[in-house]
Amino acid sequence: MALDIVREETVLGPARLSTAKRPFKRPTTEGPVAKAVLMTLALGFLGFFLVLPLAAVFIEAFRKGLGEFMLALGDPDTISAIKLTLTVAAIAVPLNLVFGVAAAWAIAKFEFKGKTFLITLIDLPFSVSPVISGLIYVLLFGANSMLGPWLKSHGIEVLFAVPGIVLATIFVTFPFVARELIPLMQDQGTGDEEAAISLGASGWQTFWYVTLPNIKWGLLYGVLLCNARAMGEFGAVSVVSGHIRGLTNTMPLQVEILYNEYNFVAAFAVSTLLAGLALVTLVLKSFLEYRYGDEIAGSAKH
Amino acid sequence: MSLAAKAGWRLRTPSVIPGFGLTLGFAVTYLTLIILIPLAGVFWRTSELGWSEFVALVSDPRTKSALQLSFGASLIAAAVNVVFGTIVAWVLVRYSFPGRRIVDAVVDLPFALPTAVAGISLAAIYAPNGWVGQLLAPLGIKAAFTPLGIVIALIFIGLPFVVRTVQPVMLEIDREVEEAAATLGANRFQTIARVILPALAPALLTGFALAFARAVGEYGSVIFIAGNIPYFSEIAPLLIVIRLEEFNYAGATAVATIMLVISFLMLLLINLIQAWSRRRFGYGA
Repeated sequence: MALDIVREETVLGPARLSTAKRPFKRPTTEGPVAKAVLMTLALGFLGFFLVLPLAAVFIEAFRKGLGEFMLALGDPDTISAIKLTLTVAAIAVPLNLVFGVAAAWAIAKFEFKGKTFLITLIDLPFSVSPVISGLIYVLLFGANSMLGPWLKSHGIEVLFAVPGIVLATIFVTFPFVARELIPLMQDQGTGDEEAAISLGASGWQTFWYVTLPNIKWGLLYGVLLCNARAMGEFGAVSVVSGHIRGLTNTMPLQVEILYNEYNFVAAFAVSTLLAGLALVTLVLKSFLEYRYGDEIAGSAKH
Repeated sequence: MSLAAKAGWRLRTPSVIPGFGLTLGFAVTYLTLIILIPLAGVFWRTSELGWSEFVALVSDPRTKSALQLSFGASLIAAAVNVVFGTIVAWVLVRYSFPGRRIVDAVVDLPFALPTAVAGISLAAIYAPNGWVGQLLAPLGIKAAFTPLGIVIALIFIGLPFVVRTVQPVMLEIDREVEEAAATLGANRFQTIARVILPALAPALLTGFALAFARAVGEYGSVIFIAGNIPYFSEIAPLLIVIRLEEFNYAGATAVATIMLVISFLMLLLINLIQAWSRRRFGYGA
């Protein structure tokens, strides 16, 4: 059949082929039926698997009306969970931000041996199960470890206390800023910094006035993703927290406790706050990709 | 820190830009303290167990069935995600329709939505009295509190990995290649099957591996819908948590070691696929 078309085309010319027999169809796209089927499959799949669970969060939360919803959010344990989540993110995110900038500076601005290996190590926490991320700190600071009892005798509680939660959160959010900045700063090269240095700027001046303005949107993008994960982390935090109400419960843990008590309205009410955070993150992220796409190296990858 | 800085100084190419010792030293120190030493602890604890005790812990029937379930469900979910993820990516890359940008943003929802929230929401939807659960019940299908529910949660969590891996590679495909195939007499199906899909193969494999690796370790979104019945719907990460709550640290560590070794092998596999793809196609997947 393929041969026939070719022969016809040489004899009759392409114009005849496209007009007389059937309307012209672009050879590099699918027909309208196939297109409709693919669109339906894709949108149906996304609607069913992704949008439905999101919608359910809000509908379940308001099932018994606004009053119950507000009551659930006013619970003192829930309020302390919200405070703890904000505190943990306020410690973990800046620390990983500083690490991310330092690692990206070393990796992107210099050539040294073992660089690829270092990048692989930075990505390591992404391939570790959240539960294992918690387990490693239990093994390190637990009752039958070397560090745990020693720290305890000096009055420092790590496990089943806030420091453990912060450590586990740092672990799971570790790569976010670094992996955003490394490809971006590698793309930008070293020309701007070399120019600044040769004009007499100090290292800090170069960083503040040359590098930072170049990477600010990529940095914000990384911080955004890092923060979303830090506030939403469940598995790792669950293992190290000890679930002490009002003291070591973060918002996701509070959701679990309320759900397991069959207090569904309250569980979904707290969930709406986290889902709201996810939506704000997605909107800001899409805006950054749309507006500053060229200045965010990872825009197509996340 | 000084050690790392000194070692790096000798190994690096000279440059006028300052701060190498400071930034690399800080980064390596932080990485070692937060990631490497704690992770090494797992392997150290395992080595203390001794081989025979390790084998005994791992071949415990409950552990075995949890590992089998975790890996089996993750394989199925990753396979489903490869098929639908590719279709979603294709629609997003090739077709223009109103709201495309919103649909594109929605794909990242599983990255942004905390896993516990996704977990209770999926459990509510697929429970026998939930929106989907009550439609499935007359058909005799139970989704919540069965392995099927676990697969559903893992599909939710893994989809963006496939889409976000395949999408940029699809954007790179040169339309001229498709035009050439069409001029040479290939119909649309042949062009897709023989020209486009082979070029996407490394990205599809990487996406599959990423979705699979994430699914094996997933905890928050699964435990609510799984029902957590031992030997039936209990996943490996949950078994680690249960062992820890029993203060059975050896049992928890043994399961964790198996999972860590497999995730490192997956990481290696992904790197090999990307290296192969760069050689074969000139770009990483």
